[in-house]
Amino acid sequence: MFLELFYGLRAEGVPLGMQEWLTFVEALGKGLHGCNLLKFYHLARSCLVKSEAFYDAFDRVFLKVFKGVEGSLDDITDSVLDWLKNPKNFPDLTPDQLAELERLSGDDLMRRFLETLAEQTERHDGGGRWVGTGGRSPFGHGGTHPTGIRVGGPGKSRSAMKVAEERKFSDYRTDLTLDIRHTRTALKRLRQLTRNGVATELDVDETIDETCRNAGEIELVFRPPRRNNVRVVLLMDVGGTMDPYFRPVSTLLTALHEERGLQSFESYYFHNCVYDAVFQRASLRRDTAIPTGDLMRRLDSRWKLIVVGDASMHPAELLEPHGCIDPRMTSETPGIAWLQRLVAHFDRVAWLNPDEPRVWDQSDTARIIRRLFPMHHLSVEGVAEAISTLVGARAAPAAKSH
Amino acid sequence: MPARVTNEDFRRFAGTAGYIASEALIDAVNCAVALERPLLIKGEPGTGKTLLARHVASALGMPMESWHIKSTTKAADGLYVYDTVQRLNDSRFGGGDVADIRRYIRFGPLGRVFNAENRHLLLIDEVDKADVEFPNDLLRELDEMRFTVVETGDEIIARERPMVMITSNNEKELPDAFLRRCIFHFIEFPDTTLMRQIIDVHHPNLDAKLLDQVLIKFYWLREQNELRKKPSTSELIDWIAALLRSGMTTAQVEEHIPFLGALLKNEVDTEALQKYDDRQGRYPTSWSDLGPRYNQ
Repeated sequence: MFLELFYGLRAEGVPLGMQEWLTFVEALGKGLHGCNLLKFYHLARSCLVKSEAFYDAFDRVFLKVFKGVEGSLDDITDSVLDWLKNPKNFPDLTPDQLAELERLSGDDLMRRFLETLAEQTERHDGGGRWVGTGGRSPFGHGGTHPTGIRVGGPGKSRSAMKVAEERKFSDYRTDLTLDIRHTRTALKRLRQLTRNGVATELDVDETIDETCRNAGEIELVFRPPRRNNVRVVLLMDVGGTMDPYFRPVSTLLTALHEERGLQSFESYYFHNCVYDAVFQRASLRRDTAIPTGDLMRRLDSRWKLIVVGDASMHPAELLEPHGCIDPRMTSETPGIAWLQRLVAHFDRVAWLNPDEPRVWDQSDTARIIRRLFPMHHLSVEGVAEAISTLVGARAAPAAKSH
Repeated sequence: MPARVTNEDFRRFAGTAGYIASEALIDAVNCAVALERPLLIKGEPGTGKTLLARHVASALGMPMESWHIKSTTKAADGLYVYDTVQRLNDSRFGGGDVADIRRYIRFGPLGRVFNAENRHLLLIDEVDKADVEFPNDLLRELDEMRFTVVETGDEIIARERPMVMITSNNEKELPDAFLRRCIFHFIEFPDTTLMRQIIDVHHPNLDAKLLDQVLIKFYWLREQNELRKKPSTSELIDWIAALLRSGMTTAQVEEHIPFLGALLKNEVDTEALQKYDDRQGRYPTSWSDLGPRYNQ
């Protein structure tokens, strides 16, 4: 039963290994669950789950694995509690008996508890098998069973199942929402620290070396502090099929704007595909147009490019000359050529697609663009992945399959 | 520490008079105490993460040592700092025995806790402020509770294994290897019941009607998605203090939000609410205005 929890969590993608599991087992061994399902729930969660992003997954798995347990407990406790009133004092057990009791695993215990209850019809005191008081049976209270199931007594407040059922942590799931805090967390990794600029920081090692060379006369050596050297340009697809994604895109834009660590950041807009010009404003008015060629001349190859767009359009818009859907803007060069130029020009590129990854392959143009750009989903996880393609170790240029 | 921790030991921390903790939090604290693992506390700013450490320390009767992490903090700073510049200076200008390196070893919070006679609580505050690799650099020290001073070869071993609490505002992801060793708890934002208890600790005997209005306004503000920085518990408590000092009446709080500056710390947010005023937006006055989630 408990292993089901372990594998259930792993199947839900909760990062969980033997170390967490052993911690949990150790905690159970110390009786920290207090034989109370809510405590057990808290204990399991604090030992096994290490991020609030997975609290919701934990709730779901916990519900699935333990659903039956509590239901059956609730039905029976009322009558069982009567048997447990006025407990008898517990007898002394021989070490052998204690050892035998300790061998029972939680799994067996719960099963035997339910079986025993099903068979039991009256009150028992001081025995070794039935649910009762003062005995060495694992069930009941006032007894000496070390890992037993406590029935009744103090401590019960809110039910663990109720807590799990509320699922109030669903907001924290990272695969769903692109909330500003999570985005900022992800963007913090857009870092490449280099030393350049004015030397203002005391370099102790060099100072010592220089002082020694200087025969003990102190010689202070300064060096420039480490600064983030990442420059990012963001190109955003607006209008049409992108309208429903206004919120996540603007969240990303806000977060990038506020990311103080970046050396420089610029953002431009386009519709469906990048052609001769990109726009400074989302209105795509002609007077805010910047020729794409100028953009590439001004922003040298140290810049990193992030494109946000659903990459789905009519194939002609991507592949043919004069493909631009906007009649005011005709462009002899097909969109795909512009995209190829962008990829070739910038240091690293990434494409964030707000569509669900499973529908990407339904669009021919998205398939073609994925050959050029590493494509990631516009979610917290996807942004984090995209950032590692932008600053992490260089991966193979081929598009990553999802 | 006895071989088997009984339930009574486990309930050692049960919140204190000055700090109201949820049951899940109490369980997590006690679990960390019993298993002697570091306790990692995450949560929105202003939910009392740092305060918790102080109260756990007083509840368990341990002295506390805090280590506030900044973006420039290195893991080694927590162990000890070898003050080379001082030694260099002394060697040049004469000032004590330069040959004795130990004079120039200054222990950091971790080093002091290890050297201490009795069991301490060590708070590593805002661990996410530091470099991404920072927590990894502390793994061995926190696991084995020992480190070596390279310059002198001295090995510092903790006499009493300290209880370690770590807080994080979630600005950076923490490394997996580090997380694996911790007991984790996320402080969720208090619901109205818990919030009433918390307020009662700070402002006892508050007028019930005023408290209702205060909470309605507060939770309403938190529901507004336009706000960049939602007000938190600590801001609420300050706000109530401001209301009480100025002698605001319930009616005044009912129709408007006075001293908005105590709740909203962002210019854009204040402007947003100003605009709401200009549009003659209505402020909620009863729990039913906030919708079914807040049925009292």
